Amino acid sequence: MDVSIRNVRKEFDRFPALRNVSLDIHSGELIALLGPSGSGKTTLLRLIAGLETPTEGSIFFGAEDASMKSVQERNVGFVFQQYALFRHMTVAENIGFGLKVRKGNARPPKEEIRKRALELLDLVQLSGLENRYPNQLSGGQRQRVALARAMAIEPRVLLLDEPFGALDAQVRRELRRWLREIHDATGHTTVFVTHDQEEALELADRVVVMSQGRIEQVGTADDAYDRPNSPFVYGFIGDSSELPVRVEGGQVWLADRTVGLSVENVPDGNASLYFRPHDITLLDGCGGCIAGTVAASRRVAGTRRVELEVGGAQYRVEIELPVDHPAKEQSRIAFRPNRWKLFPEQQGASVQSG
Amino acid sequence: MSNASTVWRFRQPSVLPGFGLALGFTIAYLSLIVLIPLSGVGVRAAALGWDGFWAMVTDERTVKALQVSFGTSLIAAFVNVVFGTLVAWVLVRYRFPGRRLIDAAVDLPFALPTAVAGIALAAIYAPNGWIGSLLAPLGIKVAFTPVGIVVALIFVGLPFVVRTVQPVMEEIDRDVEEAAATLGANRFQTITRIILPSLTPAILTGFGLAFARAVGEYGSVIFIAGNIPYVSEIAPLLIVIRLEEFDYAGATAIAAIMLVISFFMLFAINLVQAWNRRRYGYGS
Ligand SMILES: Nc1ncnc2c1ncn2[C@@H]1O[C@H](COP(=O)(O)OP(=O)(O)OP(=O)(O)O)[C@@H](O)[C@H]1O
Ligand SMILES: [Mg+2]
Repeated sequence: MDVSIRNVRKEFDRFPALRNVSLDIHSGELIALLGPSGSGKTTLLRLIAGLETPTEGSIFFGAEDASMKSVQERNVGFVFQQYALFRHMTVAENIGFGLKVRKGNARPPKEEIRKRALELLDLVQLSGLENRYPNQLSGGQRQRVALARAMAIEPRVLLLDEPFGALDAQVRRELRRWLREIHDATGHTTVFVTHDQEEALELADRVVVMSQGRIEQVGTADDAYDRPNSPFVYGFIGDSSELPVRVEGGQVWLADRTVGLSVENVPDGNASLYFRPHDITLLDGCGGCIAGTVAASRRVAGTRRVELEVGGAQYRVEIELPVDHPAKEQSRIAFRPNRWKLFPEQQGASVQSG
Repeated sequence: MSNASTVWRFRQPSVLPGFGLALGFTIAYLSLIVLIPLSGVGVRAAALGWDGFWAMVTDERTVKALQVSFGTSLIAAFVNVVFGTLVAWVLVRYRFPGRRLIDAAVDLPFALPTAVAGIALAAIYAPNGWIGSLLAPLGIKVAFTPVGIVVALIFVGLPFVVRTVQPVMEEIDRDVEEAAATLGANRFQTITRIILPSLTPAILTGFGLAFARAVGEYGSVIFIAGNIPYVSEIAPLLIVIRLEEFDYAGATAIAAIMLVISFFMLFAINLVQAWNRRRYGYGS
């Protein structure tokens, strides 16, 4: 089922939780909503489900305007962060609940419901636990029951709010792979919320990066990492270093020195230069480079992270050095980013390297 | 779960020390405050001998009084469960002007001397009272009948249900209701299948408390009941009547049988609770 969110705005007591959000989700797609806390991810998910109504705008399921439909009519599967299992029902009863509350002919017979619950339990690899109560399950198992329960109603869209938020790293990775498999097997259109970028980039077909109630960028993992379209996305996805620079005559300047990067078609003025700490070339002399003194250094796995004070100790940037690099504190280092991106301060097109 | 139930242990190891001290204190305290005074009733009743006791208890007036007491108490407790839960629902779920006042008013039956309540209720429900005069043309008599007793018992029992259900209701997760809605359950199904089952333990406790309070109630009832022997005379009143006649043996016999019946009813409610808890696995 295609889902189309059109110019949706959501206010809570005048506070705008979402400002003019538009998003097209294709049928069968696995989409991640990624963003810092408070950016409106849960709000967007709840709007799709119908648990909130938009202040403005509309949401289409296929060609049908769903905005005026109640939660019950929308037929969406929602998996809550805290699982929200019915604790007075067994696992099988939980999964069968959505079928049991159907009216008249739409309600399958009892044996059918039970059979369906057992099938789903098999799908989520929990066979044999059908008669347990939720409090007799581990967190990861509860999460899977919640997913099976949401899938039992053959939802048009599957919505998951931080599905692995409360689990430890090991279980998260396992469930992540498993969710991808289930998605590929069942083909449900799926939207999940996360603030873990690794999870989003690894799992989703497309990632929606959100910030302060807006969608910053929609794209594949490669898009988000290699072609970020705003300073926010550059800073949020992956490690990054930022320097305030100036553009003059097609050259990038840091204070009174040129950095050795040339740009075309950029009007003179202030800008921000972004680059990845690991994507740099160290230089010996400095005829067009960024140079600074080492302020701090720490070992991160196979590399060494160094904080440089540049531009007369005004700014600090992080770069990565090989572990055996002889740099000590106060030693001088010169480098130039290989790949970078420049965001002019005045509204204008951003420029990036090759 | 399985090994815990197969190997029964007197005392589970716990992170909190002081089990022995706490249990000792509990037993000593309960003995002083509850068990010793109550066993006095047992001892006095035993002095009657089985035949004497049985004769007292099966006396027709006593039997009728017991029926009136337990019957009206049960009805009142049921009514309180229904309407008390409703009141708790309104107080928890809706925000309206005057909510805090109503919330505070729920406790008034706790505070008011019950005799005052009885007199007020009798005045209102008497055939010439505010409500009584409206009901009289319909042929409904409330004051001075068992119906009046039920009204008084509802009054004194209401806070027990509201105050036990309310906090549990406040703790209900919105998530769970929303989950039911996304699964297609309508409002009614959500209430009957999700919310009420999770309130059952609290409702049962409220029922037990309201019932126990009603059985022991005296002050408010005697003013509205009319106290007609065999019709609207409650057992506690009969005990007082026997005492005034210096018939201590008769009074103890009625007291003893009331204790026994009450104990078994409350015990039954506790068993249901324990079964409920084990089934849904809350608590330990
Ligand atoms: N019911 C509500 N009433 C008032 N404000 C709300 C409500 N729900 C959300 N908000 C506000 O809307 C903003 C977005 O909230 P939302 O829950 O969508 O964030 P989120 O991206 O899911 O964050 P997190 O990662 O912390 O879950 C927040 O600033 C929050 O305070
Ligand atoms: Mg959230």
